[in-house]
Amino acid sequence: MNTGGDAMTGDGPILDTSSRPEHARVVEPLLPDLLLTQEHHMCPGCGEPLALRSFLDVLADLGVANRSIMVAGIGCYTSFTGVVDVDLVQALHGRAPSVATGVKRMRPDAVVFTLQGDGDMVNEGLQEVLHTAARGENVTAILLNNGVFGETGGHMTATTVLGQRTKNTLDGRDASYHGYPILIGDLIARLQGAAYVARGSVHNAGGVARTKKMFTRAFETQQRGEGFSFVEVLTMCPTGWFIPTREGPGYMTSTLGEVHIMGELKVDGRVRTTDELHEENVARQAEAEAQFARDDR
Amino acid sequence: MTTIDSPAPTHTLMEGSEALVRAAMAAGCRFFAGYPMTPFTEVLEHFARLLPDVGGVCINAESELEAVGMAWGALATGARAATGSTGQGLSLMQESFSEITLAELPLVIFNLARGQQDYFQATRGGGHGDYRHIVLAPQDVREGVELVQLAFHLADKWRNPVLLYGDYLLAHTHEALAVERIDFDDSLPAKDWAVDGTRSGTRESRAVTPLGVTKPGEPDIGQEGKAQLIATKIPLMEREVRSESGWLDDAETVVVAFGSPAKFVKYAIGQLRAAGHRIGYVRPVTLWPFPYDAVSAAARSSHVRRVGSFELSAGQMIDDVRIGVAGAAPVEFIGGVSTDHSGFGVGRILDVEEIAARILALHEARAQPIVPGYERMTYQLQDHQREATALRPQAAHRGADPSTPEATALGPQAAHRGADQ
Repeated sequence: MNTGGDAMTGDGPILDTSSRPEHARVVEPLLPDLLLTQEHHMCPGCGEPLALRSFLDVLADLGVANRSIMVAGIGCYTSFTGVVDVDLVQALHGRAPSVATGVKRMRPDAVVFTLQGDGDMVNEGLQEVLHTAARGENVTAILLNNGVFGETGGHMTATTVLGQRTKNTLDGRDASYHGYPILIGDLIARLQGAAYVARGSVHNAGGVARTKKMFTRAFETQQRGEGFSFVEVLTMCPTGWFIPTREGPGYMTSTLGEVHIMGELKVDGRVRTTDELHEENVARQAEAEAQFARDDR
Repeated sequence: MTTIDSPAPTHTLMEGSEALVRAAMAAGCRFFAGYPMTPFTEVLEHFARLLPDVGGVCINAESELEAVGMAWGALATGARAATGSTGQGLSLMQESFSEITLAELPLVIFNLARGQQDYFQATRGGGHGDYRHIVLAPQDVREGVELVQLAFHLADKWRNPVLLYGDYLLAHTHEALAVERIDFDDSLPAKDWAVDGTRSGTRESRAVTPLGVTKPGEPDIGQEGKAQLIATKIPLMEREVRSESGWLDDAETVVVAFGSPAKFVKYAIGQLRAAGHRIGYVRPVTLWPFPYDAVSAAARSSHVRRVGSFELSAGQMIDDVRIGVAGAAPVEFIGGVSTDHSGFGVGRILDVEEIAARILALHEARAQPIVPGYERMTYQLQDHQREATALRPQAAHRGADPSTPEATALGPQAAHRGADQ
């Protein structure tokens, strides 16, 4: 990795991490309240720890930490079940929404949420999440969507986008042979029982900030008892995408992000179309670039 | 007997399904999720009608997969919860059954089965991995009311699923009875493993998981540890074995039967006894653990000449009967597939005269009578199969004496079916 002149001239290490730089300061606690350890088993460049930290922070910020129950599916993120300081029920692959239903019906005062990947939710358990949403079950479903089965080593899921190369779509996903991806957020938004639906990402700081707002609104929706809330988070999986770690965010926005359009898909009962979200994203990007240009002057 | 002076009658005429549901509620069941399927459907109906009255929840799940998942979630909060179906629906739930057992959740499962074809599914498990479920098989509604409550008790006692094996007759027979709460002697520990969310963020949060994942600082047992935990629990649960037996003192023939058909068998034996035939029975109340000792003791009596397994299937429990008898006497299958066009598993053999004829044939060492109407459904050997099995064409036709080698190779039933061609 080339980070600048020092490394090129051999004047010192590429990045000296032996001590904190003088001007550096801690702006966020290194260990979130609801995390028991910072160690995890994820690959370098994985987006899932960022998503995990995001919703754990939101639970703490909302003051509902001591009544939250997590229902975890099966995927890479399952290893989080040993490190989160949250009451937890482990579900089978695909079944978390039903398990969460049983938990919530017996513990209506708890903030109950599921954590699933795209293989878990959109492949194996599609009917479960759709029925739970349609039932208007007062739980929050969190989807970590990276478009591949990361745990098995990069295989096609139902959200893999056309052209995406995986271990079982070696020449890229071909609609005529492999079929089309399911845009699960868009699908759920159309169901009457779904009260809040959003799709965020953790590929950059802005994405994390927007996703945290989405988590906040989702948990608030549940607290108000308005029905099913759903936050889909696009996450990087450089290992499962067979790309260098640093290319994860760029690959994500240019593949998954182009198809699974980010934004709030349903707010206050109103479904927003892909075009609306796209326009909003373009406008936000233009605003950000203008701001950057102003700052740069 | 009711007299003028007796107190107001407390018995109510109710459908078996309702009695089972009221028994579950008396045991404290507050959550049920299920998917309609005959003959189980009425259990779901009564739960849906009655549970809300006591602050419980019954969800009409969109599939059996979801029903068992919902029960899983409810159980994880410490609630007494159940699900159920017929064996066909339970087939869909098997993956969850395996993992719920590893998660040590006290699930109660109702199987209102179509006949007795689900014995293997119930006692061997249709799912992956090493596990056992305690299986209770009531002979009638009255016993069902007791065993449903025992099921919830044993599930909590062992933190292990318990299955209630019933059938169409149990579900749909109306009986006058009073459903009263039964308090069992052994005290149950607090559910200090259940989640309610209040420990989140306190560094004492809990995980209900089949995977053996543990929080930092806890002994990390992993999936191997979880499997080992269950393996060491199984021999302990075997102590819950229950059975009933009768007329064994002088019996020359012993019949083993369970569930509703066992009640028919007992009645038929009563008639045969009255006619002077020395026949007794063993009725497993727990299918797992199977009462091997009771069957063994019965078969080892010096009077006993043969043991029969009567079940409404192609012969499943007979495996356990053979294990119990362990060669002490010949074991013969005297039941059979018995169904009708409804698929409810209450066919031609579930009839006292039919059963008595089958028991008497066993007792008198004759081939089993053929079930009326089943001739067309008897498998016919093809030439290449005869050659491969070294069975001469006439062997299948001889059949009258089940003790001949040819007949034994085919089984007494097959031999007799052949004779009828």
